[in-house]
Amino acid sequence: MSDLPPPRERVRVTSSRRGASPLRVRAAARDIDEQTALGDVYLEGLMRAQLRLSLAVLALTLVGLAALPVLLLLVPATRSTTVAGLPFAWLVLGVVVYPVAWVLARWYARASERIEADFADVVEDP
Amino acid sequence: MSHPLSLAAVALVCLTTLVVGGLGLRLSRRTSDFYVAGRTVSPRLNASAIGGEYLSAASFLGVAGLVYGVGVDMLWVPVGYTLGYLVLLVMVAAPMRRSGAYTLPDFAEARLGSLPVRRVSSILVVAIGWLYLVPQFQGASLTLTLVSGAPSWVGGLVVMVVIAAAVGAGGMRSITFVQAVQYWVKLTALAVPAFVLLALWFRDGHPSPTVPDGWSIPLAPTAPDDHPVYRTTSTVLALSLGTMGLPHVLVRYYTNPDGVGARRTTVTVVALLGTFYLLPPVYAALGRLAFPVLPEGVRSDSVVLRLPGELVGGLGGDVLTAMLAGGAFAAFLSTASGLTMSVTGVLDQEVLRPRLARLTGGDAPGVRGFRFAAVAAVVVPYVVSRASEPLGAATTVGLAFAVAAATFAPLIMLGVWWRRLSTAGALAGLVVGGGATVAALGTTMATDRFTGWPGALLADPGLWAVPLAFATAVVVSLATPGRVPASTTRVLVRLHTPERVRLARSRTHD
Repeated sequence: MSDLPPPRERVRVTSSRRGASPLRVRAAARDIDEQTALGDVYLEGLMRAQLRLSLAVLALTLVGLAALPVLLLLVPATRSTTVAGLPFAWLVLGVVVYPVAWVLARWYARASERIEADFADVVEDP
Repeated sequence: MSHPLSLAAVALVCLTTLVVGGLGLRLSRRTSDFYVAGRTVSPRLNASAIGGEYLSAASFLGVAGLVYGVGVDMLWVPVGYTLGYLVLLVMVAAPMRRSGAYTLPDFAEARLGSLPVRRVSSILVVAIGWLYLVPQFQGASLTLTLVSGAPSWVGGLVVMVVIAAAVGAGGMRSITFVQAVQYWVKLTALAVPAFVLLALWFRDGHPSPTVPDGWSIPLAPTAPDDHPVYRTTSTVLALSLGTMGLPHVLVRYYTNPDGVGARRTTVTVVALLGTFYLLPPVYAALGRLAFPVLPEGVRSDSVVLRLPGELVGGLGGDVLTAMLAGGAFAAFLSTASGLTMSVTGVLDQEVLRPRLARLTGGDAPGVRGFRFAAVAAVVVPYVVSRASEPLGAATTVGLAFAVAAATFAPLIMLGVWWRRLSTAGALAGLVVGGGATVAALGTTMATDRFTGWPGALLADPGLWAVPLAFATAVVVSLATPGRVPASTTRVLVRLHTPERVRLARSRTHD
């Protein structure tokens, strides 16, 4: 009788962790959608990145536009310079600005699409 | 003088517009037709449509007239028109599309949820639209008088009737394709004569034009107390910010499939406008060659139309003039129909429909109010165009840009980028910016008592009125934090989150 194994210690049985939330991070897209504090942080980041890009383009445009009058003022010779038979100022204002504006616009559109793609990668379901 | 070919070209353009307006009646019966057609429009087609609607009498006749009359400084004007789309692109293109708004008052209401802001926006849309329509009618009068010798009231009347009929019938703006074709019609009508005239000029040994003093010198004062640097900076600012606040611009963004599409469309618009604006200076320079001085009573806006007759003559000249006259009418009609549509929509929705409903107890069919509104939308600017002295198409259009830049530009930009904008701030910005601009421009037109700096500040208010409007909106918003709409974050989420991210609650299903 004495070689009976010692009684097992009693174990408290509780319910399994089946009902607990799974160990999966929920997509930030939901936070954004539901306007939680976390979602706000994501939105703030996106807006700031986009606005910084936009203001950079505007600043570049402004500098480019101001450069012509400043050049004409500081270097008076440019006022009468002709390039291929056309006065320099006419060539810049009548022709050159347009392709430059287009290149700038294109660059902006690509850069802002990239910001959005990165943002979407971060906040969507993994 | 009478040019049968030119008259035929003008008649053809008007008839086409009417037929297309009539077809619009058949094709777009339901509201959904009006909206859903947009889903399938590619950026390239959409960009042509925007260009077709945007290039008005001011671009087709006015820019060349200004450069002819004033000189190199006026080249800043088309630069400003084009930069308007660059600013629109980087500040508001994608959010505008994502807002789902169809008109500026819609955008104001969606963002701020305030009826007073919507009301003031509606008044401004009507005012800017009418201001923009006046030079279209004047341009039409000038063109028709030139090619047929008709009295000057006829041309504007023709455009007015055609537009009222087309808009009242079916809303010709619903047809993106037609506006897209208009861009290429205008480009061809301006480019072909330009190349022919240039070729002739080269054949004749490319003589230099005789130009007045200061014509080709940038930023040279035209008078002792003139301030060319201020004037030019103010004009460029007003044009480049005003574009986003024009009533007929936002509506085209609705037909983009998504925010990315809206941006790509705008990039193409910049290219299309840039291509077009290479041409007016050619006419201005050749005009200097053909007309060292304009005959008494001839407006510089007509230089474009007079050139082929002067330099080519005979049948060739008639054909080229006919092309230009047809293209010019295409410009008047396409811009005027877009504007009339916007003004009509606002008049119908805000003024007529509530009144009609009260008078008839809701019995009047909705379409009748819309037709009344279409007539009112064109009659008022036509009367103004007859009563007022023509200022030159590009100058009058500049006034509309100045008002838009000091009212809608701050509203839209702050609305898209600033969370703390309150309804009181938005309203104050609209009222102060609009009031200051209208007062300044009105004073300039009413009296020439102000010269020197006061005169310059009143004639080109953009450089101070736009910052004033921004500052007012910001200061009043900061002072009234309680009036920041509760929906702000939800709306901003919708405006900025890319379509790829699925949002169940914030997205409107348009």
